[in-house]
Amino acid sequence: MGNEALARGVLEGGVAVATGYPGTPSSEIIKALSKAAEKRNLYVEWSVNEKVALEVAAAASFAGLRSVCVMKQNGVNVASDFLLHLAISGTRGGIVLISCDDPGAYSSMNEADSRFFARVCEIPLLEPGTFQQAKDMAQWALDLSETLKTLVMLRSVTRLSHGSGTVIPGHLPEKEVHAVFDHHGSFTDATAGPVTCAPVVLKHGLQQKKMKKAQKIFEECPFNEYKGPETPDLLILTTGVCRLYSKEALYELGLEPKVGILSLGTTWPLPASLIKEYLSRTDKILFVEEILPFLEENVKILAAETASEIGVKTFYGKSDNTIPAAGELSPDKVIKALSTIYGLPGLNHGHDKKPQLKAPDRALLFCAGCPHRASFWSIYNVLAKDNRQGFVCGDIGCYTLDIFCGFRTLKTIHSMGSGAGLASGFGKLQKFGMEQPVLAVCGDSTFFHAAIPAVINAVHHEADLTLIVLDNSSTAMTGFQPHPGLPVDALGNTVPAVDIAEVCRALGAEVEIADPFDLEETQNLLEDMIHKKGAHVLILRQNCALSPVEVKTKYKICVDTEKCIGEDYRCKRVCTQIFGCPGLVWDEKEKVTTIDEVICTGCGVCAHICPVGAIKKEEVF
Amino acid sequence: MGENLLKDPYNIIIAGVGGQGNVTASRVLGNMLIRNYFVTIGETFGASQRGGSVMSHVRVSAQSIWSPQIPERKADLIAALEPAEALRVTTVYGHKGSHIVVNTRPVYPAGVAAGELEYPSLEEIKKALSSITEHVWFVKATDTALQLGNPILGNMVILGVVAGLDVLPIGEEDFEWGISRIFSEDKVALNVKALEMGINLIRE
Repeated sequence: MGNEALARGVLEGGVAVATGYPGTPSSEIIKALSKAAEKRNLYVEWSVNEKVALEVAAAASFAGLRSVCVMKQNGVNVASDFLLHLAISGTRGGIVLISCDDPGAYSSMNEADSRFFARVCEIPLLEPGTFQQAKDMAQWALDLSETLKTLVMLRSVTRLSHGSGTVIPGHLPEKEVHAVFDHHGSFTDATAGPVTCAPVVLKHGLQQKKMKKAQKIFEECPFNEYKGPETPDLLILTTGVCRLYSKEALYELGLEPKVGILSLGTTWPLPASLIKEYLSRTDKILFVEEILPFLEENVKILAAETASEIGVKTFYGKSDNTIPAAGELSPDKVIKALSTIYGLPGLNHGHDKKPQLKAPDRALLFCAGCPHRASFWSIYNVLAKDNRQGFVCGDIGCYTLDIFCGFRTLKTIHSMGSGAGLASGFGKLQKFGMEQPVLAVCGDSTFFHAAIPAVINAVHHEADLTLIVLDNSSTAMTGFQPHPGLPVDALGNTVPAVDIAEVCRALGAEVEIADPFDLEETQNLLEDMIHKKGAHVLILRQNCALSPVEVKTKYKICVDTEKCIGEDYRCKRVCTQIFGCPGLVWDEKEKVTTIDEVICTGCGVCAHICPVGAIKKEEVF
Repeated sequence: MGENLLKDPYNIIIAGVGGQGNVTASRVLGNMLIRNYFVTIGETFGASQRGGSVMSHVRVSAQSIWSPQIPERKADLIAALEPAEALRVTTVYGHKGSHIVVNTRPVYPAGVAAGELEYPSLEEIKKALSSITEHVWFVKATDTALQLGNPILGNMVILGVVAGLDVLPIGEEDFEWGISRIFSEDKVALNVKALEMGINLIRE
């Protein structure tokens, strides 16, 4: 897997400390490193959030060790405050920030392009395009960082991180490392002074000199490759996994003799002389990259600066819509772009006979036995009964799936912890006549990551809100990584767990804890809370249904078909159309709800939702 | 490098629903081929684990790695763990020479379970697939897996069927190697057995 190749690369680069916060498609890198930790004597942690993760990794660098910090694109936003300062202060031991972007937003709430941070921060940026390069460049990034004394950013994307391919491994270094933070020198002593951004202008200038050095190294770098004719009719300028899409498109269209590909592995600072050389060999340039036109815009500046030498060019890319401006790219999209440029009929010409029959859409949904379904059922019913147009501010986690299910109680979804922050704002609008109950949800991992400052804000400003912590005792969506609320760390050590209820009480919020499978208690507590003034926290605690902790089936569920009134729709078929557990199936022939026993986990919640009590549960011993 | 492939790159798609063991199947298949070929696998997982459609693109070549995404109408073999997914994927990626292996057991989408969408019958799906290619096999992989005690083994049964088609340079001798690199020791025998039952299904 690409992520495993990245992990192998930093191991070959002699990494000692690895940190990160879980986020698809990046999570498997820390997982792979934690597996290697004992044998390779590494320190690996799942940090509380990405900013702290980068700080922990930077500390290792300041002490002369090599380190890696891993996150998805959104994490770079979280880390950016420290990141901007780290770029100015400089580093010591090699340190690489691996950011995994998610073009097409398969598992994200945005399609952010983290590469722009490299430009804003003025740090070197690498973009591997193959699995072998993922390994080789991760290793090289550590060397580069240590040579230049600057943080290096390496950007992967979902297709590379979650793809797999042939990789030839190299050697793992055998050397003892020793951590010392040398801080007795002057402010301007880069190797033995304090690590600070001051004096800022001087340090900023130094960073720009490092970038000039990086550019010189990049001009000769083997990760920048050209393949194609000596003087191509068209030059494809590409980076990352898009080089494979470009290669495939040329192969399918038979354009290899005419079109060349310049694949850049180093995309900031640009290897200007190299690019200029290839621009001068052609008149037409097509940019193929994901997500934003990063190369496209920066190369156009270079082309404008050197126009008197290289001549006037025609550019194709995202800005003229030859390449789609949003969404993931693919070989097909590059084939389409080249077909447009060359006026070719395209590969699908004459092949439009497709069967009429369509496969039914497959919406995402909460798993059978998921505690979130029970929680949202309670929220949905309490808000409906209350009838004051109450709403829930959500954030990022499995519980975001509420918007795809029958409940749809989430009315805002933004970044990690933003539900609590928005609720803190909504909770102050009574002064302007707002009477709606304000709720927020966050997961247990998210609570630690970003919700705590919002709770403090709400308590301090006496905002009226109910924060529901959906505590399934893991970072479930990304693959069950531990977080500060659990008594275990990334290496499997027993560690102190931080109690969410105690934290909230200490902050001054009123706290209740319930089992979401107990619908009656949950709903009673919730009903009470949304009528009260001030900040309240309801912790709904129940293990994720997919949790590796094995849970014994509690109930056998069956439907009393005599009682079921789904046929005439008087009950609005709440079981299959709102509750929507995949274990409940509407039988169109028999006109009753049935239980799919292969899928049902026996949580027993559905036995309490049928208005006529047609769903029965029986305890299993 | 291994012997010549029927096509180079030879393109395979494993299609199914989140939770059916799609990723495991693509990895086992990849491992069976990796000793002699360049293998590239593209996966989509994450949110789609939660009941969504999932697809693994596996590309085998004696020359180089390829894009982790197969272009439309370029899948030479489609192994579907679920019938509606076979239809969804073949419509986009199938061509008239594609080989299609389909598990007969449906996993109903939420909209179908709620009575809001219709799930086409197996006969309709078969007819639609046959209008694209004549090489279509329907196998009761889940039923076979249930004989071994666990429906999840349907993924290995389908892979066994794939091995039995003789379109890829894999056979019984590669099963243990492919499985043992993915599964813990105690699970190897059961998964190898599922592969063998698959290969026997197609040879019968």
